[in-house]
Amino acid sequence: MTLRRALFLAGVATLCAWVLVPIYLIALGAIGGPETVNAWPKPFWPIAWSVSALSQFMNIAGVWMSVLYSVEAAALCMVIAIALGTPAGYALARYRFHGATAFRLFVLMTRAFPVAILALPLAVTFIHLGLYDSPIGVGLMHSVLAMPFAVLISASLFQAVPRELEEAAWIFGCSGPSAFFRVVLPVALPGITATAIFAFVISWNEVFAASVLTVRHKTLTAYLLTVLSESPLHTQFAGGFILIVPAVLFILLVRRQLFSMWGIASR
Amino acid sequence: MAAIVIEQVGMRFGGTVALDNVSLTVADGELVALLGPSGCGKTTLLRIIAGLQTETSGRVLIGGRDMKGMPPRRRGLAMVFQNYAVFPHMRVRDNVAFGLRMTGAAPDRIERQVARASALLHIEPLLDRYPAQLSGGQRQRVAVARALAVEPAVLLMDEPLSNLDALLRLEMRADLKTILQEAGTTTLYVTHDQTEAMGLADRIAVMSAGHVEQIAPPAEIYRHPASRFVAGFLGTPPMNFLPLPVTDGHVALGNLRLRAPGGAARVILGMRPEDLASTTELEGFPFIVQVTEPLGSHALLTGRAEDALLRVVMPPDLRAAPGSVLHLRPDLQRVSWFDATSGAALEQPS
Repeated sequence: MTLRRALFLAGVATLCAWVLVPIYLIALGAIGGPETVNAWPKPFWPIAWSVSALSQFMNIAGVWMSVLYSVEAAALCMVIAIALGTPAGYALARYRFHGATAFRLFVLMTRAFPVAILALPLAVTFIHLGLYDSPIGVGLMHSVLAMPFAVLISASLFQAVPRELEEAAWIFGCSGPSAFFRVVLPVALPGITATAIFAFVISWNEVFAASVLTVRHKTLTAYLLTVLSESPLHTQFAGGFILIVPAVLFILLVRRQLFSMWGIASR
Repeated sequence: MAAIVIEQVGMRFGGTVALDNVSLTVADGELVALLGPSGCGKTTLLRIIAGLQTETSGRVLIGGRDMKGMPPRRRGLAMVFQNYAVFPHMRVRDNVAFGLRMTGAAPDRIERQVARASALLHIEPLLDRYPAQLSGGQRQRVAVARALAVEPAVLLMDEPLSNLDALLRLEMRADLKTILQEAGTTTLYVTHDQTEAMGLADRIAVMSAGHVEQIAPPAEIYRHPASRFVAGFLGTPPMNFLPLPVTDGHVALGNLRLRAPGGAARVILGMRPEDLASTTELEGFPFIVQVTEPLGSHALLTGRAEDALLRVVMPPDLRAAPGSVLHLRPDLQRVSWFDATSGAALEQPS
């Protein structure tokens, strides 16, 4: 019993360290100044507190524009993923149709296809369509990456809405669509919001497709990749830190919904 | 207000027959209970009337109108679900008003009818709460109020009390009877609980394996069951059945020789546990006691007679040791006879 418990705790500690240590090191480098970054062994607390690296990073030319592009791409990704993903999820949850299982699998297959192989033909197509080097093109690409999550998560959300609620709505005067908008959607809304934020974060974090599909209008991740290789270490840490923070905050906000929608008891 | 007429309704799921040509009429203002074990098709029938499922054959008329192809919202009915199905994202007030708002009723009419329905169900103090803040019993009251607020022509109830605990169910059952009598709505009430059906209904339709076995007022269905199934389904403890051979138009039961109904070689004698009385050896049949349960108001004896299990209700002070023999005599006015092969009730011999 004690051995099992010790193993369990060790596992938990390893997993936490796996996630937290890199974040901690990046934070340390970002706010500790050049001394902390170059010190060895690493101090637990920063040698000197300083936000100069962060502000210095913010002042790099083009950072704010790339933040804007990132937000544009992520917002577009979020809107498309929800607008197309939730109806598909509803269909999966409520209707039995031929090929439902195959559809579930194919939606996931889009993630199994490596972006690296897609990159060149996609870039060529985007050039033809005039979408190359624009946040709209990047957002479109990202919405494909977010789509399987939007479909499968919203399917399980709608499955969790009792069918009787919908039937009660029909009985008390609703047509099919009005029952959906008055009852099913509001009940599933917290989960759908979480899915939307999740789609946003997927786009925000994505770097490969964003780098390939843009030249001058780069999203933040892609821009940092090009700029930071020429910057001092502590500025690189500051850039990494600023990238992580919104993603972590968003996931923290929706963590409860993400847990419950994946069937893990969170209460 | 409207009558429900169900004509030859059949329902198949693939190869299985859920409803086998069911015909049933619920008169205007009447409360009929659909009673039966789970899987007998009672809920399917209710859902067909509601328009939530489509029958494979037959038709349903509500207030004289054929409901074929009519969506649930056009049928002029309200429904109370087993798991309440109260909308969790709306306050109680908005739940009760939901149906009226959907019909586009005038605000003052909505307010008046919400007030009336919530007064009837005693939920006025809860109107500004969300369903998550209510107990199961309170949620069920909200569900009933929501149904009554629209003043439906027909009210359908699908096991509305089965999710409540025993004490609350008893309380709610009495309340529901008052409320439904006051509302006077034509009501079809699905339940598997015979006490609920007996207590609430004007008439009970007992269903089994997709067809209606018998439709009659509670007292008649209890006293004159149309089949062995109905006899065994109603009453706690259930009716006792003794299979007996018929010789010379009579059956022998211990020292008793009873006139048997004609037309069957083997009959089943049905006797309710409360219709048996202790008597002398000459006038009764032997009963070997196995268990005595003193239940306060009466004693319940379980034992054997004629190779069958028998339950007998006796006065509360009676004590019979396991293995002891009592002699019992049935109240001949109150016994039932069934054909041993078909299970159908046989005419009482005079």
